[in-house]
Amino acid sequence: MHAKGGVADGGHHPEHGPRFAERAPDALNNPQLRRNFRRAMDGLMAKRAAQFPDPAYWAELRERGAAVKARALSKLPELLERLESNLTANGVQVHWAETTDEANAIVLDILQRAGARTVIKGKSMVSEEMHLNAHLERHGIEAVESDLGEYIIQLAGETPSHIVMPCIHKNKDEISDLFAEKIPGLGRTGDVDELTAAARRVLRDRFASADAGISGVNFAVAETGTLVLIENEGNGRLSTTLPPLHIAVTGIEKVVETLDDVVPLLALLPRSATGQPITTYVNMISGPRKPGEKDGPTAVHLVLLDAGRSRVYQDVELADTLRCIRCAACMNHCPVYTRVGGHTYNAIYPGPIGKILTPQLQGLDAAGDQPHASTLCNACAEVCPVKIPIPDLLVRLRREAVRPTEETATHLPVVKDGGAERSRMESLVWAGWRLVYTRPLLYRMVTRALAWGGNWVPASAPLMRDWTRARAKPRFKPRTLHDLARERGYLNEVPK
Amino acid sequence: MTAATSSPATPAPKSAPKPDPKPDRVYFFGTCLVDMLYPEAGLAGMDLLRHAGVTVIFPEGQSCCGQPARNSGYLEEAKAVARAQLDAFPGDLPIVVPSGSCAGMMKTHYPHLFEGDPDQPRAIAFAARIHELTAFLVNVLGVTLQDKGEPMTVTWHPSCHSLREMGVTDEPKALLRQLANVTLVENSRERECCGFGGTFAVRQAAVSTAMVADKLASVRDTGAGTLLSGDCGCLMNIGGHAEKVGDGTRCRHIAEFLMERCHAR
Repeated sequence: MHAKGGVADGGHHPEHGPRFAERAPDALNNPQLRRNFRRAMDGLMAKRAAQFPDPAYWAELRERGAAVKARALSKLPELLERLESNLTANGVQVHWAETTDEANAIVLDILQRAGARTVIKGKSMVSEEMHLNAHLERHGIEAVESDLGEYIIQLAGETPSHIVMPCIHKNKDEISDLFAEKIPGLGRTGDVDELTAAARRVLRDRFASADAGISGVNFAVAETGTLVLIENEGNGRLSTTLPPLHIAVTGIEKVVETLDDVVPLLALLPRSATGQPITTYVNMISGPRKPGEKDGPTAVHLVLLDAGRSRVYQDVELADTLRCIRCAACMNHCPVYTRVGGHTYNAIYPGPIGKILTPQLQGLDAAGDQPHASTLCNACAEVCPVKIPIPDLLVRLRREAVRPTEETATHLPVVKDGGAERSRMESLVWAGWRLVYTRPLLYRMVTRALAWGGNWVPASAPLMRDWTRARAKPRFKPRTLHDLARERGYLNEVPK
Repeated sequence: MTAATSSPATPAPKSAPKPDPKPDRVYFFGTCLVDMLYPEAGLAGMDLLRHAGVTVIFPEGQSCCGQPARNSGYLEEAKAVARAQLDAFPGDLPIVVPSGSCAGMMKTHYPHLFEGDPDQPRAIAFAARIHELTAFLVNVLGVTLQDKGEPMTVTWHPSCHSLREMGVTDEPKALLRQLANVTLVENSRERECCGFGGTFAVRQAAVSTAMVADKLASVRDTGAGTLLSGDCGCLMNIGGHAEKVGDGTRCRHIAEFLMERCHAR
């Protein structure tokens, strides 16, 4: 319920800004934005479907994908240690960051020690989580995004609205206007190739001159100490090979055990994400330039970020969240995301995965409304390549958000700020509901009373008001099914 | 029908042709929404079963599957109401439900809801007895229908939970295809949620409205004057929106429609 007199007002603090329900109308009332998302998501759904024509193959493949990630999580601490020792043996320097602040400090320190002033960046959602660009800028280091979508939103001063296609909220005309304004010497053009070429010209210079490259990681292989990075534009490869220094940042959940484990995940990720059988580039980074080699960075670092993940890991049910391989199929198929777009979530990770991840990383006080921005339609669970039971976890988080204070006080709260959404009014409503629906006689009295007088409830009554804004009032019937069943002679009990 | 032996971690079996002999007696779980707002749909469901030669038992003690509380995060309250349903349907008869959503709650969520509870074995056995109405008519009873109505065109809205929790996909359409004078046309966004989502419709009123408006538009585009569904939550949402905006589309429960066409009450 939204903050204005809702029954579930709970402990939401105003400093967290307007809630999802209050932000949504802005997007819903923007026809251009809605057309952009609808068209893009329809295209992505069709492309993904074309990649999995055989339901049996899809079922088997996602079973393998889920098993690989589940196994990796089941021995996460051990695999992380193996990853560190194998990376170190390969010449990669490994750093651990408990918070995003720590991660930013580590990256800044590496750059400063190397005397780096300019950075070229491959796409990385973890770096978004860290707000890394802003941090570097505050310390006089310029970071330029090299993924075309990221480059566009960096020019526009915006944040990603999608985890795979960060500027999907913009159409060609909007990008054309932006480029004409921001790229010197470029006039307004509607030609996609011309726009892409303009970005490429700018970025080529940046690749050649950058002091360091920063990237994300898709899979970190413990057995071999390999960082797998997939992309379509070649910018990932350039960012990680051209500058003399490469820093990769990633979440601790990205580790997998063996190189073989990457196979099913690689078969699932691009197909689920963009409907491609494989990405144009699959980078396997296994260390810095070796003596005698002609290219590659001379130093490679990996920053492993926790930022709340190990807390998620503590709960056997919620830990499934960490299986995510960031394909975005859940948001592409989400009827809510499709209509409001990514920015409405006001979070790094939007859509269904964000609705379960954000409250766990930031706490239920800040993001307790997110799990309610769902009809529990299960479209996300149907397409998740690693079988994360997103709807069940949404319900679990709704549960954590309304846990009674007695429980959150005596038990270690599983999710930060458990009980943040609890309100006395709402808990009383459900206590009353329970009373009525567990006592057949009372239930019969109440339903008969509603059959007699329920239609007199005015359309302006609380809750009814929200319903009737777009719909007619539901009509109570004079006789309930309980009445009709008896009248028609249906039995109450199994005959002896 | 025997008690399930599967562990709670195993997903509930999807509706599929059952090898069991046709049962001659079944329970009917009406659902709370049908009880108060759409009793004629529930009655039609029971009548369809009766016409198929099955004795239908409607236990007086039933109320609600508990889904509204579960989806709001009030799991203890949901479990208390669920337990009342375990008590109301003793024995091992199949339980037929005229709603994919309530059936999905009882079949796929009861076992987990009762985790660590002494009643969990009972909840697992109960879950295994749950059948969505159209799937039961087609897969278990193998009913044949004789259409007596005038020619007309309809379109179908599957509820998300009938599709994705109960695995009911073709069964309701198979029933409609048996009707000689009924033409079934598909709407372009058939598998997309109508925006009901229980309390979602009021908690996220604006998003819900956008969803139901799109759904109604895709229904209108088919030219069919009638929308059928197996779930009264969706019908209350889509039908309520149609009424509010003055759209003439009739939104009806499939059981009521089939009874009217074939047995003209």
